[in-house]
Amino acid sequence: MSIIDLNTYNSLKENTGAEFISELIDTFLEDTPNLIAQMKNALAAKNAESFRRAAHSIKSNAATFGASQLADLARELEGMGRENNLEIGNRLEPLEEAFQKAKSQLIELR
Amino acid sequence: MVSPSEPAHLLVVDDNKINRMLLSRSLELQGHLVETAENGKEGLEKLRSGIFDLVLLDIEMPEMDGFEVLEACLNDVELRQLPIIMTSAMDELDAVVKCVELGAEDYLTKPINPVLLRARINASLEKKRLRDEQRKLFRTFATKEVAEELLRTGFSLGGKQVNASVLFADIRSFTTIAESQEPAESIELLNEYFSLMFDAITNNGGTVNQLVGDGLMAVFGAPIFFDSHREKAVRAALEMLEQLKVFNQGRSHQGKSQIRIGIGIASGTMVAGYTGTQSRAIYTCIGDTVNLAFRIEEYTKEALHPLLIDNYTRQGLPENIAVEELGKVFFKGKNHAIKIFAVV
Repeated sequence: MSIIDLNTYNSLKENTGAEFISELIDTFLEDTPNLIAQMKNALAAKNAESFRRAAHSIKSNAATFGASQLADLARELEGMGRENNLEIGNRLEPLEEAFQKAKSQLIELR
Repeated sequence: MVSPSEPAHLLVVDDNKINRMLLSRSLELQGHLVETAENGKEGLEKLRSGIFDLVLLDIEMPEMDGFEVLEACLNDVELRQLPIIMTSAMDELDAVVKCVELGAEDYLTKPINPVLLRARINASLEKKRLRDEQRKLFRTFATKEVAEELLRTGFSLGGKQVNASVLFADIRSFTTIAESQEPAESIELLNEYFSLMFDAITNNGGTVNQLVGDGLMAVFGAPIFFDSHREKAVRAALEMLEQLKVFNQGRSHQGKSQIRIGIGIASGTMVAGYTGTQSRAIYTCIGDTVNLAFRIEEYTKEALHPLLIDNYTRQGLPENIAVEELGKVFFKGKNHAIKIFAVV
């Protein structure tokens, strides 16, 4: 499975224009580390609601670009946050890795 | 194929920047003017400016979520008619269903498909245009609040018992007047007369629900109840008489005959609701109180007072509206005499 689903990405690009998508990618690359930081802070503060919200945003944005792996991981964490379960073990690591991979491919595609 | 739409003024409310950018872009490409808000509170403030034709509303947001914004809009007479399209993630469908049940126009799931976006927006705007036309029509017959209530309940009001006031008004010897002039002149006279009377009635919170020839029936305190319906009905009648005086002055300058009217008002419980068929129905009230108001209006000819009311209406009047007791009168269909008062 590719990191970025090209069907999703290409139709996004076709529908909104090359210049716009480059701006959108910049925003995504800027926002996601902040959202990951929010998740870490929420974990430390045991704030499941804040944790869930950040995961929800990552999931939503990842799905927009067709970053399926990142979206799936974020969805899983969002679900745990919703159930007030912050015993997530080391699940943030694969999420960060998936983001790094999505990031490099998006930079290439841009 | 979806026809291209007229540009509309749209508001996108979403806490996620990517979603805001993407939705704005798609909508702008479809020719619309778009503004954004980052949370429900900001969204609602922008909506209250009154310039928007439609709003795309995210459900989950800080500082007032989509539910709260939706409810605030539905409870606001100015915003109730605004189409609201909920935008949500695939896995929030339960929440979306709840919003649609509450009164949201439609929904879209994120990531948003631009073809679906265009279709939903156009359909909602088209429905809004039709409703706006309908609303304009209603407003000629009722106050804004009543018109909104009628549109909101979608004419599903079954009969219900209400406490309200009913007013009947009639032009004296209109048939004679009509026979002495050109038909077009009679219609013009009626149109001018009704527009003055409608204003007097809606200014005082009443709804005109029937017109028969030169006669009209109006109800106060239904379908939306208000405490002062008796006073408001009498104030409307006084305003009608005042308007008529001015109208007659104009007619007298043109050498035309004077118009005289009779107004009867009765208050009490009655059954209110829609009667008619699916394709043609009117909101009306029936019952003894309504019959009484009709009889009282007829009695104005004999009593030589233009404005008569029953005792229960009189009891709802403040002291600065002077009345004169005319004694008890027997009306057809009533087994006891009714106390009648003239408003002077």
